[in-house]
Amino acid sequence: MFDIDKWQEIFSTIRKNKLRTILTGFSVAWGIFMLIILLGSGYGLENGVKREFTGDAVNYLSINAGITSMPYKGLSPGRRLRFTNEEKKELGSLEGVDKSSGRSAVWANNTLSYKNEYGNFDIFAVSPDYKFVESLIILNGRYLNKIDEDDYRKVVVLGRLVDEALFKGEDPLGKYIKVSGVPFKVIGTFDDPGGDRDLTRIYIPLSTAQRVFNMGNYVGSILLNLGDADVEESLEMIEVIKQDLSEKMKFDPTDPRAIFVYNSIEQYRTFMNLFSNIRLFIWIIGIGTIIAGIVGVSNIMMIVVKERTKEIGIRKSMGATPWSIISLILQESILITGFAGYIGLVMGVGLLELLSNVLPATDYFANPEVNIQIAVYATLLLVISGALAGFVPARKAASVKPVVALRDE
Amino acid sequence: MITLKNLHKSYEVGQNKLHVLKGFDLSIEKGELVSIMGSSGSGKSTLLNIIGLLDTYDEGELILDGDLIRNYSDSKLRNLNERKAAHLRNATIGFVFQSFNLISFKNAKENVALPLYYQGVGRKKRNRMAMEFLEKMGLEEWAEHLPNELSGGQKQRIAIARALISKPKIILADEPTGALDSSTSMEVMELFKEINQSGITVIIVTHENDISRETERIIRLKDGLIEKNIKNGFHKSPAEKPKILQTA
Repeated sequence: MFDIDKWQEIFSTIRKNKLRTILTGFSVAWGIFMLIILLGSGYGLENGVKREFTGDAVNYLSINAGITSMPYKGLSPGRRLRFTNEEKKELGSLEGVDKSSGRSAVWANNTLSYKNEYGNFDIFAVSPDYKFVESLIILNGRYLNKIDEDDYRKVVVLGRLVDEALFKGEDPLGKYIKVSGVPFKVIGTFDDPGGDRDLTRIYIPLSTAQRVFNMGNYVGSILLNLGDADVEESLEMIEVIKQDLSEKMKFDPTDPRAIFVYNSIEQYRTFMNLFSNIRLFIWIIGIGTIIAGIVGVSNIMMIVVKERTKEIGIRKSMGATPWSIISLILQESILITGFAGYIGLVMGVGLLELLSNVLPATDYFANPEVNIQIAVYATLLLVISGALAGFVPARKAASVKPVVALRDE
Repeated sequence: MITLKNLHKSYEVGQNKLHVLKGFDLSIEKGELVSIMGSSGSGKSTLLNIIGLLDTYDEGELILDGDLIRNYSDSKLRNLNERKAAHLRNATIGFVFQSFNLISFKNAKENVALPLYYQGVGRKKRNRMAMEFLEKMGLEEWAEHLPNELSGGQKQRIAIARALISKPKIILADEPTGALDSSTSMEVMELFKEINQSGITVIIVTHENDISRETERIIRLKDGLIEKNIKNGFHKSPAEKPKILQTA
């Protein structure tokens, strides 16, 4: 298989049939190149959308109260429902609820100030367990804890951008900022992979906010982490919650406008389904591309063998054995497809690298990359099918009687 | 050297069978210079192709250099026979064709060296021997040229060099002068005679009397059988032969 003479023979044939070689090589390189670009962009899409999710847990329900639209037990529709600490506690004690937290946006004058620096930022009053909903990364200090909550401490955790805006590089820990005119002590700063919107926030204890900002015992949203519940379990849980709240807050459990639930578990599954559909789509296109490549290579190999029939006849009349003819054609085809496949591989991966470096990561496209193993398998598949495509006609040509092959024009 | 016994060969042409060789008997001795003549369709090329193992036969016997050649296309041992046939073509037989059959993308030297490649001779030695044979043909200047840059006579001399390089025992030439003008034809014929004098059996298929006249024996075919088998008195060879026509 590996004698130098044969390779010299192959190389001299390749050198002297440049167009044929380039055509074969191009169809292989193009097939692999397209496959890699496809797989890579699909992966980029997936990465981009997944990034959107990394900011939040994917096992929580966010429950918001609305305005009733149906009469219930003598109560007229149009009643505004509001959660209180009581509902929060009630829902938190339900079976299947892992962690529960409350969240209220503080709608007072949202100005934050530190010395002469001012800014308008979102103020969220949350329970300590809220950290299980947003995947926060604490950069400095600490997050809110139970003692802050129980003692109504005036403490605040700053988003990274808030910290940068107010403190300009100064160490914020232990300093006091004014939140709507009320001094709060900075106990920590955080980062959030979910994006900039989540970083222009500050978190204060819910209990403190209820006192300081005259929010009574009201809670804006109730957030429940459901452990590792699946979608069906989460949907059942929502029904339980609605029943429970309907009794407590007096509304029709079938009222679509009374309670709103954002189900991150279901949402996550929707996106995961979307991904697997995209992946399936890409695979179908990718396999199509590979098949097109295989057909292209087979076609060219068939033409090559046909074109070389007379040459094969001459070689046989000079004493070439059938196997030496087959292996000559096969090795040439493997060499060309393998080399071209490698070129396509390198170019595809190169372009993806370039794209991921040049293109900024957006919400729906980030870090296109390709599973190199799949790319290599695809190349091998193309090489093998090219070889097979060459083998069948080569064997046929090699078994033809020399007199017939020589007659071929 | 070559013995044919009751050889049959037919081709399928559409629905019909064309019986080309109808029980052919022939014996050619070592060192003979033989021409095979006959009108087109008389089976002379078929005969040559069968002797050269380029084609198969249906019935009968072919003994080549003491080897009984089995009808390799019908045998279960086809691959084995194919290999044996390839080996015999390489070592025992040299072919010269009317249309030269040089490989178009190989230059003169590479074409001449090709049989040696199939003998497993190393590249350097191959090229050296090819140059030697090209020199013998007076074509050393053309060694690096592709066949389409050469004249018909040059191409045929390259083809002859290629046939000779493997030091065959038999040279089979199918209308070797068919594509050449008469003076070039005569030069090529002189070459064949020289080759023959070195002890190689030469069989030439031709329809030109000028060519066959230069051979020792003329075999005339008609309808797949030998019509005449003539010792040629006009043949000028070093060994004095009677200059009268003799029927063998």
